Amino acid sequence: MSLILEIGSGLCLLLGSFICLSGGVGILRFPDFYTRIHAVGVTDTLGAGLILTGLMLISPDGLVLLKLIMILLFTLFINPTASHALAKAALRNNLKPVLDDSSDKGGDKPSKL
Amino acid sequence: MLTAATIAILVVMLLAIIRCVVGPTLYDRILAFNMFGTKTVLLISILGFLMGRPEFLDIALVYALINFISVIGVLRFSDSVEFKHSLQQQAPTKEDKQ
Amino acid sequence: MKNNIFLDKNTSDKTTRNLPSHTLSLFLSLSLFWWINSNYSNALLLSLGAASILLVLYIAHRMDVIDHESQPIHLSVNMPNYVIWLTKEVIISNISVVKHVWLGNSSISPTLATIDISQRTDLGKVIYANSITLTPGTVTVDIVGDRMTIHALIKDNIDTLKTGEMDRRVTEMESRC
Repeated sequence: MSLILEIGSGLCLLLGSFICLSGGVGILRFPDFYTRIHAVGVTDTLGAGLILTGLMLISPDGLVLLKLIMILLFTLFINPTASHALAKAALRNNLKPVLDDSSDKGGDKPSKL
Repeated sequence: MLTAATIAILVVMLLAIIRCVVGPTLYDRILAFNMFGTKTVLLISILGFLMGRPEFLDIALVYALINFISVIGVLRFSDSVEFKHSLQQQAPTKEDKQ
Repeated sequence: MKNNIFLDKNTSDKTTRNLPSHTLSLFLSLSLFWWINSNYSNALLLSLGAASILLVLYIAHRMDVIDHESQPIHLSVNMPNYVIWLTKEVIISNISVVKHVWLGNSSISPTLATIDISQRTDLGKVIYANSITLTPGTVTVDIVGDRMTIHALIKDNIDTLKTGEMDRRVTEMESRC
Protein backbone atom coordinates (compact mmCIF):
# COMPACT_ATOMS: atom_id res chain seq x y z
CA MET A 1 0.00 0.00 0.00
CA SER A 2 2.71 2.44 0.99
CA LEU A 3 4.64 1.53 -2.15
CA ILE A 4 1.65 2.48 -4.30
CA LEU A 5 1.35 5.77 -2.46
CA GLU A 6 5.05 6.49 -2.96
CA ILE A 7 4.87 5.75 -6.67
CA GLY A 8 1.75 7.90 -7.02
CA SER A 9 3.38 10.75 -5.14
CA GLY A 10 6.48 10.48 -7.29
CA LEU A 11 4.39 10.65 -10.43
CA CYS A 12 2.46 13.66 -9.13
CA LEU A 13 5.67 15.47 -8.17
CA LEU A 14 7.27 14.74 -11.53
CA LEU A 15 4.24 15.86 -13.51
CA GLY A 16 3.85 18.96 -11.33
CA SER A 17 7.51 19.85 -11.82
CA PHE A 18 7.13 19.52 -15.57
CA ILE A 19 4.04 21.74 -15.59
CA CYS A 20 5.76 24.33 -13.39
CA LEU A 21 8.74 24.29 -15.77
CA SER A 22 6.38 24.80 -18.71
CA GLY A 23 4.87 27.79 -16.96
CA GLY A 24 8.35 29.15 -16.25
CA VAL A 25 9.28 28.81 -19.91
CA GLY A 26 5.98 30.40 -20.85
CA ILE A 27 6.57 33.47 -18.74
CA LEU A 28 9.81 34.06 -20.67
CA ARG A 29 8.48 33.12 -24.07
CA PHE A 30 5.09 34.77 -24.35
CA PRO A 31 5.03 38.13 -26.12
CA ASP A 32 3.23 40.48 -23.73
CA PHE A 33 1.96 40.93 -20.20
CA TYR A 34 -1.57 39.62 -20.69
CA THR A 35 -0.40 36.37 -22.24
CA ARG A 36 2.12 35.88 -19.46
CA ILE A 37 -0.73 35.89 -16.96
CA HIS A 38 -1.91 32.63 -18.50
CA ALA A 39 1.52 31.05 -18.06
CA VAL A 40 1.49 32.03 -14.39
CA GLY A 41 -2.05 30.62 -14.14
CA VAL A 42 -0.76 27.24 -15.29
CA THR A 43 1.87 27.04 -12.56
CA ASP A 44 -0.56 28.26 -9.94
CA THR A 45 -3.41 25.85 -10.58
CA LEU A 46 -2.29 22.49 -11.89
CA GLY A 47 1.42 22.82 -11.06
CA ALA A 48 0.89 23.74 -7.42
CA GLY A 49 -2.05 21.34 -7.19
CA LEU A 50 -0.07 18.36 -8.43
CA ILE A 51 2.98 19.08 -6.27
CA LEU A 52 0.86 19.54 -3.15
CA THR A 53 -1.11 16.39 -4.00
CA GLY A 54 2.17 14.54 -4.32
CA LEU A 55 3.17 15.77 -0.87
CA MET A 56 -0.25 14.85 0.54
CA LEU A 57 0.19 11.25 -0.57
CA ILE A 58 3.36 10.85 1.54
CA SER A 59 2.24 12.97 4.50
CA PRO A 60 3.14 11.26 7.80
CA ASP A 61 0.00 12.16 9.74
CA GLY A 62 -3.42 13.71 9.34
CA LEU A 63 -2.48 17.14 10.60
CA VAL A 64 0.14 17.61 7.87
CA LEU A 65 -2.49 16.52 5.35
CA LEU A 66 -4.93 19.14 6.63
CA LYS A 67 -2.28 21.84 6.45
CA LEU A 68 -1.39 20.88 2.89
CA ILE A 69 -5.08 21.00 1.93
CA MET A 70 -5.27 24.44 3.51
CA ILE A 71 -2.24 25.67 1.54
CA LEU A 72 -3.80 24.31 -1.66
CA LEU A 73 -7.13 26.02 -0.92
CA PHE A 74 -5.42 29.33 -0.18
CA THR A 75 -3.41 29.09 -3.39
CA LEU A 76 -6.51 28.35 -5.44
CA PHE A 77 -8.51 31.15 -3.85
CA ILE A 78 -5.80 33.79 -3.81
CA ASN A 79 -4.19 33.52 -7.22
CA PRO A 80 -7.21 34.25 -9.43
CA THR A 81 -7.85 37.33 -7.34
CA ALA A 82 -4.27 38.54 -7.71
CA SER A 83 -4.29 37.83 -11.45
CA HIS A 84 -7.55 39.69 -11.92
CA ALA A 85 -6.34 42.66 -9.88
CA LEU A 86 -3.12 42.79 -11.91
CA ALA A 87 -4.92 42.59 -15.25
CA LYS A 88 -7.44 45.22 -14.26
CA ALA A 89 -4.78 47.61 -12.98
CA ALA A 90 -2.73 47.11 -16.13
CA LEU A 91 -5.69 47.79 -18.42
CA ARG A 92 -6.61 50.85 -16.41
CA ASN A 93 -3.13 52.28 -16.73
CA ASN A 94 -3.36 51.95 -20.50
CA LEU A 95 -1.17 48.95 -21.08
CA LYS A 96 -2.42 47.78 -24.45
CA PRO A 97 -2.54 44.04 -25.06
CA VAL A 98 -0.99 42.57 -28.19
CA LEU A 99 -4.00 41.24 -30.04
CA ASP A 100 -4.27 38.74 -32.78
CA ASP A 101 -6.31 39.87 -35.78
CA SER A 102 -6.92 36.28 -36.87
CA SER A 103 -5.93 37.24 -40.42
CA ASP A 104 -2.15 36.91 -40.17
CA LYS A 105 -1.53 34.18 -37.63
CA GLY A 106 -4.80 32.53 -36.70
CA GLY A 107 -5.87 31.98 -40.29
CA ASP A 108 -3.19 29.71 -41.61
CA LYS A 109 -2.65 27.76 -38.42
CA PRO A 110 -5.92 27.05 -36.64
CA SER A 111 -5.35 26.13 -33.02
CA LYS A 112 -7.46 23.32 -31.67
CA LEU A 113 -8.39 22.99 -28.05
CA MET B 1 11.76 12.54 -6.35
CA LEU B 2 11.55 15.28 -3.77
CA THR B 3 15.02 16.44 -4.77
CA ALA B 4 14.04 16.54 -8.44
CA ALA B 5 10.99 18.63 -7.61
CA THR B 6 13.14 20.99 -5.52
CA ILE B 7 15.54 21.50 -8.41
CA ALA B 8 12.68 22.04 -10.87
CA ILE B 9 11.10 24.66 -8.63
CA LEU B 10 14.45 26.40 -8.17
CA VAL B 11 14.80 26.57 -11.95
CA VAL B 12 11.30 28.02 -12.25
CA MET B 13 12.16 30.62 -9.62
CA LEU B 14 15.25 31.52 -11.62
CA LEU B 15 13.13 31.99 -14.76
CA ALA B 16 10.72 34.16 -12.79
CA ILE B 17 13.60 36.29 -11.54
CA ILE B 18 14.88 36.74 -15.09
CA ARG B 19 11.43 37.98 -16.13
CA CYS B 20 11.38 40.18 -13.05
CA VAL B 21 14.66 41.82 -14.08
CA VAL B 22 14.14 42.19 -17.83
CA GLY B 23 10.34 42.65 -17.75
CA PRO B 24 9.57 45.68 -19.89
CA THR B 25 6.64 46.99 -17.86
CA LEU B 26 5.98 47.34 -14.16
CA TYR B 27 3.17 44.78 -14.31
CA ASP B 28 5.43 42.11 -15.73
CA ARG B 29 7.64 42.58 -12.73
CA ILE B 30 4.76 42.36 -10.27
CA LEU B 31 3.48 39.26 -12.05
CA ALA B 32 6.88 37.59 -11.94
CA PHE B 33 7.20 38.53 -8.28
CA ASN B 34 3.81 36.98 -7.55
CA MET B 35 4.85 33.79 -9.31
CA PHE B 36 8.12 33.79 -7.39
CA GLY B 37 6.18 33.99 -4.12
CA THR B 38 3.89 31.11 -5.07
CA LYS B 39 6.87 28.98 -5.99
CA THR B 40 8.48 29.90 -2.67
CA VAL B 41 5.44 28.47 -0.89
CA LEU B 42 5.86 25.22 -2.80
CA LEU B 43 9.60 25.19 -2.18
CA ILE B 44 9.16 25.63 1.57
CA SER B 45 6.59 22.81 1.66
CA ILE B 46 8.86 20.44 -0.24
CA LEU B 47 11.86 21.39 1.89
CA GLY B 48 9.82 20.60 4.99
CA PHE B 49 9.31 17.06 3.69
CA LEU B 50 12.89 16.75 2.46
CA MET B 51 14.30 17.65 5.87
CA GLY B 52 11.64 15.75 7.78
CA ARG B 53 10.32 18.85 9.50
CA PRO B 54 6.62 19.34 8.70
CA GLU B 55 6.57 22.50 10.83
CA PHE B 56 7.79 24.29 7.71
CA LEU B 57 4.23 24.11 6.43
CA ASP B 58 3.18 26.82 8.87
CA ILE B 59 5.75 29.13 7.36
CA ALA B 60 4.49 28.26 3.88
CA LEU B 61 0.95 29.11 4.93
CA VAL B 62 1.93 32.49 6.30
CA TYR B 63 4.07 33.18 3.24
CA ALA B 64 1.11 32.51 0.93
CA LEU B 65 -0.99 35.08 2.76
CA ILE B 66 1.76 37.70 2.96
CA ASN B 67 2.52 37.27 -0.73
CA PHE B 68 -1.08 38.03 -1.66
CA ILE B 69 -1.28 41.06 0.61
CA SER B 70 1.98 42.48 -0.74
CA VAL B 71 0.83 42.12 -4.35
CA ILE B 72 -2.48 43.83 -3.60
CA GLY B 73 -0.64 46.52 -1.66
CA VAL B 74 1.71 47.28 -4.54
CA LEU B 75 -1.27 47.40 -6.92
CA ARG B 76 -3.17 49.80 -4.71
CA PHE B 77 -0.06 51.96 -4.54
CA SER B 78 0.23 51.87 -8.32
CA ASP B 79 -3.29 53.33 -8.49
CA SER B 80 -2.24 56.45 -6.62
CA VAL B 81 -1.94 59.75 -8.44
CA GLU B 82 1.69 60.45 -7.58
CA PHE B 83 2.73 57.07 -8.85
CA LYS B 84 0.95 57.56 -12.18
CA HIS B 85 2.64 60.91 -12.53
CA SER B 86 6.09 59.41 -12.04
CA LEU B 87 5.22 56.59 -14.44
CA GLN B 88 4.29 59.04 -17.17
CA GLN B 89 7.65 60.72 -16.85
CA GLN B 90 9.42 57.41 -17.34
CA ALA B 91 7.10 56.24 -20.07
CA PRO B 92 9.20 57.06 -23.19
CA THR B 93 12.18 54.96 -22.09
CA LYS B 94 9.92 52.04 -21.32
CA GLU B 95 8.34 52.22 -24.73
CA ASP B 96 11.77 52.13 -26.34
CA LYS B 97 12.60 48.87 -24.64
CA GLN B 98 9.56 47.18 -26.07
CA MET C 1 -12.35 53.70 -4.77
CA LYS C 2 -13.60 51.38 -2.08
CA ASN C 3 -14.28 47.85 -3.28
CA ASN C 4 -14.01 48.50 -6.97
CA ILE C 5 -10.65 46.87 -7.46
CA PHE C 6 -12.46 43.55 -7.33
CA LEU C 7 -16.05 44.30 -8.18
CA ASP C 8 -18.22 47.33 -8.61
CA LYS C 9 -20.73 46.76 -5.90
CA ASN C 10 -24.09 47.84 -7.24
CA THR C 11 -26.71 45.42 -5.97
CA SER C 12 -27.77 45.50 -2.37
CA ASP C 13 -29.79 42.43 -1.55
CA LYS C 14 -29.88 42.63 2.20
CA THR C 15 -32.75 40.25 2.78
CA THR C 16 -30.75 37.48 4.40
CA ARG C 17 -28.29 39.41 6.49
CA ASN C 18 -27.01 38.46 9.91
CA LEU C 19 -28.60 35.10 10.30
CA PRO C 20 -27.37 33.14 13.32
CA SER C 21 -26.35 30.28 11.03
CA HIS C 22 -23.76 32.51 9.34
CA THR C 23 -22.27 33.43 12.68
CA LEU C 24 -22.23 29.75 13.60
CA SER C 25 -20.48 28.79 10.38
CA LEU C 26 -17.89 31.52 10.88
CA PHE C 27 -17.36 30.29 14.44
CA LEU C 28 -16.91 26.69 13.27
CA SER C 29 -14.48 27.58 10.49
CA LEU C 30 -12.42 29.75 12.82
CA SER C 31 -12.32 26.95 15.40
CA LEU C 32 -11.20 24.49 12.74
CA PHE C 33 -8.54 26.94 11.57
CA TRP C 34 -7.21 27.38 15.11
CA TRP C 35 -7.26 23.65 15.76
CA ILE C 36 -5.36 22.81 12.57
CA ASN C 37 -2.75 25.46 13.21
CA SER C 38 -2.23 24.85 16.92
CA ASN C 39 -3.24 21.23 17.70
CA TYR C 40 -2.36 21.65 21.37
CA SER C 41 -5.07 20.66 23.80
CA ASN C 42 -3.92 22.10 27.10
CA ALA C 43 -6.21 24.51 28.88
CA LEU C 44 -4.18 27.66 28.37
CA LEU C 45 -3.90 27.43 24.61
CA LEU C 46 -7.53 26.37 24.18
CA SER C 47 -8.74 29.34 26.20
CA LEU C 48 -6.50 31.66 24.22
CA GLY C 49 -8.01 30.20 21.06
CA ALA C 50 -11.54 30.73 22.33
CA ALA C 51 -10.68 34.32 23.25
CA SER C 52 -9.25 34.99 19.78
CA ILE C 53 -12.28 33.49 18.07
CA LEU C 54 -14.65 35.57 20.15
CA LEU C 55 -12.62 38.70 19.41
CA VAL C 56 -12.74 38.00 15.69
CA LEU C 57 -16.48 37.35 15.85
CA TYR C 58 -17.00 40.65 17.68
CA ILE C 59 -14.91 42.59 15.17
CA ALA C 60 -16.70 40.92 12.26
CA HIS C 61 -20.04 41.92 13.77
CA ARG C 62 -18.88 45.49 14.19
CA MET C 63 -17.69 45.51 10.58
CA ASP C 64 -21.02 44.04 9.48
CA VAL C 65 -19.42 41.49 7.21
CA ILE C 66 -21.14 38.32 8.44
CA ASP C 67 -23.71 37.67 5.75
CA HIS C 68 -24.48 35.27 2.95
CA GLU C 69 -21.61 36.68 0.88
CA SER C 70 -18.82 36.00 3.34
CA GLN C 71 -20.36 32.72 4.50
CA PRO C 72 -22.04 31.20 1.43
CA ILE C 73 -23.43 28.19 3.25
CA HIS C 74 -26.54 28.08 1.09
CA LEU C 75 -24.33 26.97 -1.79
CA SER C 76 -22.74 24.06 0.04
CA VAL C 77 -25.26 21.53 -1.30
CA ASN C 78 -24.58 22.23 -4.96
CA MET C 79 -20.95 23.22 -4.61
CA PRO C 80 -19.26 19.76 -4.84
CA ASN C 81 -20.74 18.98 -8.25
CA TYR C 82 -19.59 22.31 -9.59
CA VAL C 83 -16.11 21.94 -8.07
CA ILE C 84 -15.64 18.53 -9.67
CA TRP C 85 -16.73 19.88 -13.05
CA LEU C 86 -14.47 22.92 -12.65
CA THR C 87 -11.48 20.72 -11.77
CA LYS C 88 -12.01 18.78 -14.99
CA GLU C 89 -12.17 22.02 -16.99
CA VAL C 90 -9.03 23.37 -15.29
CA ILE C 91 -7.06 20.23 -16.11
CA ILE C 92 -8.18 20.27 -19.76
CA SER C 93 -7.30 23.91 -20.27
CA ASN C 94 -3.98 23.45 -18.43
CA ILE C 95 -2.98 20.78 -20.93
CA SER C 96 -3.98 23.09 -23.77
CA VAL C 97 -1.96 26.03 -22.43
CA VAL C 98 1.11 23.87 -21.75
CA LYS C 99 0.87 22.60 -25.32
CA HIS C 100 0.81 26.16 -26.63
CA VAL C 101 3.78 27.13 -24.45
CA TRP C 102 5.92 24.52 -26.13
CA LEU C 103 4.46 25.16 -29.60
CA GLY C 104 5.66 28.76 -29.43
CA ASN C 105 4.32 32.21 -30.10
CA SER C 106 3.06 31.48 -33.60
CA SER C 107 0.41 29.12 -32.27
CA ILE C 108 -1.33 31.55 -29.91
CA SER C 109 -3.96 34.11 -30.83
CA PRO C 110 -4.53 36.54 -27.93
CA THR C 111 -8.04 37.94 -27.90
CA LEU C 112 -9.83 40.56 -25.84
CA ALA C 113 -13.58 40.04 -25.90
CA THR C 114 -16.68 41.09 -24.04
CA ILE C 115 -19.26 38.52 -23.01
CA ASP C 116 -22.63 38.76 -21.34
CA ILE C 117 -23.29 37.13 -18.01
CA SER C 118 -26.59 35.90 -16.70
CA GLN C 119 -25.97 36.02 -12.95
CA ARG C 120 -27.99 38.55 -11.01
CA THR C 121 -26.25 38.68 -7.64
CA ASP C 122 -22.75 39.86 -6.81
CA LEU C 123 -21.89 36.46 -5.38
CA GLY C 124 -22.76 34.67 -8.61
CA LYS C 125 -20.75 37.16 -10.65
CA VAL C 126 -17.74 36.71 -8.40
CA ILE C 127 -17.96 32.92 -8.62
CA TYR C 128 -18.21 33.07 -12.40
CA ALA C 129 -15.38 35.60 -12.80
CA ASN C 130 -13.10 33.68 -10.46
CA SER C 131 -13.84 30.42 -12.23
CA ILE C 132 -12.91 32.03 -15.54
CA THR C 133 -9.69 33.39 -14.09
CA LEU C 134 -8.86 30.09 -12.41
CA THR C 135 -9.07 28.33 -15.76
CA PRO C 136 -5.73 28.97 -17.49
CA GLY C 137 -6.06 30.58 -20.87
CA THR C 138 -8.78 33.00 -19.85
CA VAL C 139 -8.55 35.96 -17.47
CA THR C 140 -11.37 38.24 -16.41
CA VAL C 141 -10.10 41.76 -16.86
CA ASP C 142 -13.14 43.82 -15.95
CA ILE C 143 -16.77 43.54 -14.91
CA VAL C 144 -19.19 46.35 -15.63
CA GLY C 145 -22.82 45.58 -14.89
CA ASP C 146 -23.79 42.51 -16.87
CA ARG C 147 -20.78 42.45 -19.14
CA MET C 148 -17.34 41.00 -18.60
CA THR C 149 -14.13 41.74 -20.46
CA ILE C 150 -12.14 38.57 -20.97
CA HIS C 151 -8.59 38.19 -22.22
CA ALA C 152 -7.96 34.80 -23.77
CA LEU C 153 -4.76 33.18 -24.93
CA ILE C 154 -6.41 31.36 -27.79
CA LYS C 155 -9.43 32.47 -29.74
CA ASP C 156 -11.15 29.13 -29.25
CA ASN C 157 -11.27 29.72 -25.50
CA ILE C 158 -13.55 32.72 -26.03
CA ASP C 159 -15.77 30.69 -28.32
CA THR C 160 -16.00 27.98 -25.67
CA LEU C 161 -16.97 30.56 -23.07
CA LYS C 162 -19.55 32.09 -25.38
CA THR C 163 -21.37 28.80 -25.66
CA GLY C 164 -22.15 29.47 -22.02
CA GLU C 165 -21.82 26.12 -20.29
CA MET C 166 -19.89 27.51 -17.33
CA ASP C 167 -22.33 30.42 -17.13
CA ARG C 168 -25.28 28.03 -17.07
CA ARG C 169 -23.69 25.85 -14.37
CA VAL C 170 -22.91 28.81 -12.09
CA THR C 171 -26.44 30.16 -12.42
CA GLU C 172 -27.87 26.72 -11.80
CA MET C 173 -25.76 26.15 -8.72
CA GLU C 174 -26.72 29.53 -7.34
CA SER C 175 -30.44 29.42 -8.00
CA ARG C 176 -31.19 25.86 -6.91
CA CYS C 177 -30.83 26.49 -3.22
